[in-house]
Amino acid sequence: MTAPVHERIVERWSAAALETAVAHGTLGLVIRPDLLVDVVGSLKVEFGFDLLLDVTAVDWPQREPRFDVVYHLYTTREFVRVRVKTRVAASAPVVDSLLGLYNSARIAERECHEMYGIEFRGNADLRPILLYEGFIGHPLRKDYPKQREQPLVPYRK
Amino acid sequence: MLNEAPLPNPIRPAFGAGENAGTTIVSIGPSHPATHGTIQIIAELSGERILRADVHCGYLHRGFEKECESHTWHNLIPYVDRLNYCSALINDFAYCDAVEQLMGIEITPRCRYLRTLLAEYSRIADHLTCTAAALMELGAMTAFLYLVTLRDYIYEHLADLTGARVTYSFGRIGGLARDLPVGWLERLEQILCEYDVFVGRVHGLVDRNRIFIDRMRDIGVLSSEEAIDWGFTGPVLRSTGVARDLRKDTPYLAYAELDFEVPVGIKGDNYDRYYVRMREMDESVHMIRQLAERLPQGPISVADRRCTLPEKQLVYSEIESLINHFKLISEGPQVPAGEIYSAHEGANGELGFYLVSTGGGVPYKMHVRAPSFVHVGGIHRLLEGYQLADLVPTFGSINMIGGECDR
Repeated sequence: MTAPVHERIVERWSAAALETAVAHGTLGLVIRPDLLVDVVGSLKVEFGFDLLLDVTAVDWPQREPRFDVVYHLYTTREFVRVRVKTRVAASAPVVDSLLGLYNSARIAERECHEMYGIEFRGNADLRPILLYEGFIGHPLRKDYPKQREQPLVPYRK
Repeated sequence: MLNEAPLPNPIRPAFGAGENAGTTIVSIGPSHPATHGTIQIIAELSGERILRADVHCGYLHRGFEKECESHTWHNLIPYVDRLNYCSALINDFAYCDAVEQLMGIEITPRCRYLRTLLAEYSRIADHLTCTAAALMELGAMTAFLYLVTLRDYIYEHLADLTGARVTYSFGRIGGLARDLPVGWLERLEQILCEYDVFVGRVHGLVDRNRIFIDRMRDIGVLSSEEAIDWGFTGPVLRSTGVARDLRKDTPYLAYAELDFEVPVGIKGDNYDRYYVRMREMDESVHMIRQLAERLPQGPISVADRRCTLPEKQLVYSEIESLINHFKLISEGPQVPAGEIYSAHEGANGELGFYLVSTGGGVPYKMHVRAPSFVHVGGIHRLLEGYQLADLVPTFGSINMIGGECDR
């Protein structure tokens, strides 16, 4: 299932994208981190992708660059989804924040930051949201052991 | 006791006392009788008006996504049940659907209809819970009891089918756990008739009730543009007048074959959110009747050795089935490498599953796009500028579910 808007996006960004592929009704775009705001901005303004659904990451410890930062977008006009992925290295896991485009990026980037340690440049509020202050490490990274114990908040006596 | 270090605060509020003269900071929750969910709201008040609100969730975080990376695809079904525990079956089916798409499995027609029926039935239970709780917090105890009575009929009816009241673990990759018991559809029709009676009474009690309208009308107003910008979906988005519903826009399961409307509100206030939920339940009842009438005969699970367990009798009598059973249980269904984002219309909004498989029986990555979590990110927009007392009905109208929000 390839939607017409998918073809138009591929046409517009195929030169800059590292990969484009449609699978399960979603267009996947892989782009360089420095193009992120340009590409997502163009998706929002030119193609009408008005809903930023989700920000997450995937950790590939054996790969360089190690992290995929994954964005899912949806257009409430044409009912089509796009997945934008960008790859960042473990040494500098930094991408630009999408706060200037979508307010829904605020909480999603906070979650991605605490779970994977991705820095979102331009998002000043990266406080823990699901975890707590003082939690050490990034639990969804593959090298974070599931059994690790954290310094717990002490019980009140 | 005296020598102990001071207690570290598990949260860091975005603002503190003394920043603005004449304002007061109050911390509401995380365990507060009026926030039916563990959520903490730091509010800056001027008199009783909320100037700023900083909402913290995460008190129910249990490492769901991490845990999913070390269990087989089938073993995750009880876990996904516990995301939105008010409508657990919708989670089940959304998850199974995502895995089935990755595996290239098409479910049987009977399964497709049954899943749709059960998803709509769960949606009614979810909306009943939300509406009942919101009404109770405004003092409408009778309306609460009417709605919860009905919800309990549904829970017990689902217990007849699944063996559990709340978390059913009823979905299976490629089908369902079992077929309907005898007489289930007859009881379903009885409950739908009871629905008309009880919900009719609630409409009569509150719709034009002065107290209710004064507390709900023009409180927690959200514009359509703002709702989309902050990622709101589901009844909250529809209450602002945007008729976006995945069941209509990107039909899955049997929704393309059904006749139903997408109710929308006018101005996105608390009253509209209440009314949209009430109308959605009516549409769900309408859909359930259509589905029950047209329910096809046939098997409920696909005949596919990659995911469906062989019959017990065959496991005991032939070696192929025994091996098949062992492989499926100990290694899990083998899902080809790939990634998918698949979303269903959950009771609260878009419930998306982002799965990454590297091939094999265990997911490499599992991420849930939980509507409640996204809504918590924007809920301060509904609180700021209103009275402190409005926090309770506004929060209730969002129906934040801790299980899916905190994962």
